[in-house]
Amino acid sequence: MRTVTYAQAINEAQEIALTRDPSVFVIGEGVPDAKGIFGTTIGLAQKFPGRVMDMPVAENGMTGICVGAAISGMRPIMVHARMDFTLMSFDAIVNTAAKWYFMFGQKQSVPLVIRMVVGRGWGPGPQHSQSLQALFAHIPGLKVVMPAVPADAKGLLLSAIGDNNPVIFIEHRWLHALTGDVPKGYYEVPIGNARVAKAGRDVTIVAASYMTIEAMRAAEALLQEGIAAEVVDLRSIRPLDRNTIVKSVQKTHRLIVADTGWKSFGIGAEIVAMVAEAGVHFAMPPVRIALPDMPTPTSPALAGSYYPTGIDILRSALVLCGRKQTVVARIVKEYAAAITEVPGFSPDQPDPTFTGPF
Amino acid sequence: MIKIDKKLFYEMLRIRMVEEAIAREYPKQEMRCPTHLCIGQEAIAAGVCAALKKEDVVFSTHRSHGHYLAKGGSLRAMIAELYGKATGCSEGIGGSMHLIDLDANFLGAAPIVASTIPVAVGVAFSRTMLKKPGIAVCFFGDAAVEEGIAHEAMNFAVLRKLPVLFVCENNMYSTVTNILDRQARRPIANLASGHGMTAQTVDGQDSGAVYTAANKFVGFIRNGKGPGFLECLTYRFLEHCGPHEDGPALRPAGELARWKKNDPLSRMGRLFKGKEIDSMKEKISKEIRDAFSFARKSPFPSVNREDERLVYKEDHQS
Ligand SMILES: Cc1ncc(C[n+]2csc(CCOP(=O)(O)OP(=O)(O)O)c2C)c(N)n1
Ligand SMILES: [Mg+2]
Repeated sequence: MRTVTYAQAINEAQEIALTRDPSVFVIGEGVPDAKGIFGTTIGLAQKFPGRVMDMPVAENGMTGICVGAAISGMRPIMVHARMDFTLMSFDAIVNTAAKWYFMFGQKQSVPLVIRMVVGRGWGPGPQHSQSLQALFAHIPGLKVVMPAVPADAKGLLLSAIGDNNPVIFIEHRWLHALTGDVPKGYYEVPIGNARVAKAGRDVTIVAASYMTIEAMRAAEALLQEGIAAEVVDLRSIRPLDRNTIVKSVQKTHRLIVADTGWKSFGIGAEIVAMVAEAGVHFAMPPVRIALPDMPTPTSPALAGSYYPTGIDILRSALVLCGRKQTVVARIVKEYAAAITEVPGFSPDQPDPTFTGPF
Repeated sequence: MIKIDKKLFYEMLRIRMVEEAIAREYPKQEMRCPTHLCIGQEAIAAGVCAALKKEDVVFSTHRSHGHYLAKGGSLRAMIAELYGKATGCSEGIGGSMHLIDLDANFLGAAPIVASTIPVAVGVAFSRTMLKKPGIAVCFFGDAAVEEGIAHEAMNFAVLRKLPVLFVCENNMYSTVTNILDRQARRPIANLASGHGMTAQTVDGQDSGAVYTAANKFVGFIRNGKGPGFLECLTYRFLEHCGPHEDGPALRPAGELARWKKNDPLSRMGRLFKGKEIDSMKEKISKEIRDAFSFARKSPFPSVNREDERLVYKEDHQS
């Protein structure tokens, strides 16, 4: 084990896949360039000439081309620096890739990985910031994963590459610089398994992607109040690990879902509905923490109130666990003060070293 | 000709000085939005917009400052938008990549590559259906013609003989990827003639040549002869996004230096006396200082995150 960044973990997974399987190739706008998609593809083009490549700014056609390659012996990894750009290829993903196996009577499958980055930084604004996991997870035929920590990024990406179905692999921009222990060599983290990131008995926080980081911070603060939160890091959105979630809420009877996407019709809605359908008794009404139902505004003055944080999770958890209003207010205030005291803290910068523009 | 030369030069100088001021101020981290500067490419905005009337509409991309200014967009509102202020042209909600000025008929710039091309065609379509005068102009980069929707839009424009001018600013790069790694070796203009419209390639560093070509196109488009396509060969002096130059790792040796010798401003500047240029600069500097101080003094927007009226228009057709 050694500590590497989330971006390096992704880079390593691709390097291993390219090494062990000659049918793997990596393609996307900017993939071989010096910045290498936030560091996730740096060096690969040099190591694997002809198999790690740029592409025309033609997301729709290129996705269809990758579907063709995938049904005829290749295992393409497509990369998009922003999830928003993949909307240009929604037809190829939803009508073609997701349905090919089904609509021809299971004759050919589509082993295709599409990596997408959720933008967040300096005013990416309405068209460079969308977190559309719910949109993709709605489609039968697609698998959707959103690792939160480096070890899962590597293991899930290797799983996705080996999977014989189209897999949407979603990376939040604020995770790339995050470090963590990552095993060396080849290993898979199975798609469809959530991870109990922290065990607890009082309240369940189900989190997706970057919100897992915020949830862990909130869970830490809750401990001081004697509340043991269980943090379930989803890892896979579809298929959803119903068992792990249901088992946790059966224990805590309190549920918070924290997502990086919009609230309405989102991941939170699916999870709350699924737990309710399972007949689990809620001691308190469940809470969804997500983006307000509004496109992302650009002004830095609006970033703070737009993006939910650990503060929102903390507040909800305290309320669900029956703490009085005055206690809630005090703890939330202390927590907020502690975060904003961190040098370089800003709601539109992932870390102090970030100097824009992306 | 002297009068139009002066107009073109002044407009280019103004765009250049605005972009330079943004580049100077950007490292202060007050303009917190991705910002794509057009230094090196000013002749195209100036040349094309000089051939337009107020009633003509313009659309653009992520790299839109020059087009917005040349069409008459408010400088104050643009700078305020970059600062994310409530007085910005998109109320601070859009930032540099989402400029608009309805008074100037600059109907919108958006950063999804090629996304505004069909919208421009749609405005041209409505103008013909409503029998309203004016043409639509859409600026876009060389990468935009790689997107399918660019061609879907061009085909329809030719089919319906719509009053639209497509202006492709071919600076040979999409972010840092050279055009030879993205497109077959042939003039982009050939794609447009393949669709059945008149197309021409011009030296995009020569604002006079751009103006002359644009004028010719605008003339026949106004006469109902259908769309036209102007490919302008140009070069971006700064990095794709942000205030610095691309490092030597990203460009072939000598390329930038070669193109800097072909700077549209110095090429045309020879026509004017030093004193004349100085007084233009003085006037523009004053305007820029005013715009930045307006932007800095302006309040930030305050948005209620539950306010649906920002997302959906409330009133109904009466
Ligand atoms: C659909 C889509 N794909 C990718 C991007 C990312 N992107 C932003 S600008 C750009 C380069 C566009 O190049 P070009 O059209 O030549 O314009 P230039 O930047 O050279 O002015 C790319 C690929 C995007 N914004 N939209
Ligand atoms: Mg270009």
